Amino acid sequence: MTPLRITAITATSAMGVGLAAMRAALHGRRGGLAPCALPAMPPGIWIGRVREAEAIDPPPPLGAFACRNTRLAELALRQDGFVAAVDAAVARHGAGRVAVVLGTSTSGIEETERAWARAGADRALTGYDYARTHDLHALPRYVRARLGLAGPCVSISTACTSGARAFLDAGTLIAAGLADAAVVGGADTLCRLTLHGFGSLELLAKGPTRPCAEDRDGISIGEAAAFALLERAGPGDAGALALLGAGASSDGHHMSSPQPDGHGAVAAMQGALDSAGLAPGQIGYVNMHGTGTRANDAMEDRAIARLFGDAVPCSSTKGWTGHTLGASGALEAAVAAICVEDGLVPGCLGVARPDPSFTARIAVANAAAPVDRVLSNSFGFGGSNCALVIGRLA
Amino acid sequence: MTLAVGIAGIGVLAPGMAGWAQAAPVLAGRAPYDPAPLVPPAPTLLPATERRRTGPSVRLALAVATEAVQASGLAPEELDTVFASSNGEGQVITSILEALHADGGAISPTQFHNSVHNAAAGYWGIAVGSSRPSVSLGGHDGVFGTGLLQAAAQVVAGGRAVLFVAHDVPMPPPLDALRVTTEPFALALVLVPGAGRHGALGLTPQDGAAALPDLPGGLRALRDANPVARALPLLAALAGGAAATLDLPMLDDARLRVAFAP
Repeated sequence: MTPLRITAITATSAMGVGLAAMRAALHGRRGGLAPCALPAMPPGIWIGRVREAEAIDPPPPLGAFACRNTRLAELALRQDGFVAAVDAAVARHGAGRVAVVLGTSTSGIEETERAWARAGADRALTGYDYARTHDLHALPRYVRARLGLAGPCVSISTACTSGARAFLDAGTLIAAGLADAAVVGGADTLCRLTLHGFGSLELLAKGPTRPCAEDRDGISIGEAAAFALLERAGPGDAGALALLGAGASSDGHHMSSPQPDGHGAVAAMQGALDSAGLAPGQIGYVNMHGTGTRANDAMEDRAIARLFGDAVPCSSTKGWTGHTLGASGALEAAVAAICVEDGLVPGCLGVARPDPSFTARIAVANAAAPVDRVLSNSFGFGGSNCALVIGRLA
Repeated sequence: MTLAVGIAGIGVLAPGMAGWAQAAPVLAGRAPYDPAPLVPPAPTLLPATERRRTGPSVRLALAVATEAVQASGLAPEELDTVFASSNGEGQVITSILEALHADGGAISPTQFHNSVHNAAAGYWGIAVGSSRPSVSLGGHDGVFGTGLLQAAAQVVAGGRAVLFVAHDVPMPPPLDALRVTTEPFALALVLVPGAGRHGALGLTPQDGAAALPDLPGGLRALRDANPVARALPLLAALAGGAAATLDLPMLDDARLRVAFAP
């Protein structure tokens, strides 16, 4: 693919509100997971909750969009000069040439859960706007209206690859000539459906998740919103942060279990490298999907080792944030950006000993290293795989 | 900015439309519309254990995808796919919400993994043994136009064929009151670079809401009964076989202008 400059990027998760807080948490190895205090959730679990978002309201003309997902998206949009950067892109290209492509798995379904809990004997769901909250299109519609954009508006929902796919699919719109720039990313928020759903699969960790640990015991669910502004790179952009490549594949194997030998994951990573025109040795760090389940991490280790051997350090940052589902690909694109800018390899958090059966080079402590390019993995239910390469433009 | 793509295969399933061969004369006005109820067929491509786990939304999607790909003559496992649905797995999600709000209600792992919006895409990949990339989109009432635009962009940017599948089924109570969808409807198009055996489309996003063209009475009711059925004017043009220009809704302030050339 033609590289796309990342003109602006921001993220908000349990690790912190905005990139400065996130950066401090990564360097200081301070995770954001805590015991779950939300009502009616599975017992004894830890979550990555963003309490700061709970008091945020969307601006009055967009009040009908109010829900947990919109609040978190709105809080994230206010950080890191993101709105001003989009305004500048509109001035350069025109509002109609800036697309919005955003991923989410459950959108504002938490609003329906609240209405369900308060419904009377007639079971009528009242007091909220379904199309602007629960519906998948609510997120990109909100962001498009909030930022005054008028280009194509796309909602992506491929389970836990949604936020990464948004980067890839926005690249497609730009390559086809439908847009000159795109606001991409994703938002997903804590809700009963996902927490109990992962509970039914017996995949929730008893404490904070510890991806790649020998004794890892599952996922901690988190919430996050992350956004990036992608634009065609120009001749003066050498050295700027960019999306260098993206690849995707399907497992075609099972709805919720990864293909054990990681064929699909390898295909997505290889596709991302090919699209960036890079060899594996040109990647400085692999940010794993690394959910902390026995099966995912083992499959991903095998897949990474097939392409990279033990030559490239890799880790999951979900120990800081939890698994933020449809937002995770976008959140971890922001992690990748920090790793490139700071020369940081963030080792898995809370892992005393990585799984001794793993053959990839799992990092469990932070290291300072030149990281020119990061490959970031996302895998999801339905056998969906997506990998992004983020680095500096040559 | 106009995207040009060809149509190499069509699949359709809706009340009174059991596949393209039967639907085309109805859509062209050469046969009366008889809205016979539709029962989504069991997906025979899937192994029996997986087949049993699929609901009506997935079954509709797989049926139209199979028809369109067979008509195209292309190998199903070699096609990238774009799935689009407004309500997605709303029936599965509603059954989970029921269980979560019932005393002692428990949800099953199968129910949960079937609730993802890309369930149809996942089952399609299993059914045809595909490792090709796949994306699943929402889009509310603009789901068909938005999905068609994204799929066409993929054809143009990648220079290869894409299977585009749009599918929606009614929401169960109590969500049916908030998201009115009264009939099932699914449509698949195999989109190719250049022209296809069913002609070519020029797609241009434009500002402003789409004005919906008139349709015969029964089809007008069907169009209003399902977000994906907003595609009916395009299907009527394809069936009629004459050059036509029409608009598909995307947002309150955005539409997709479609120029069809047979």
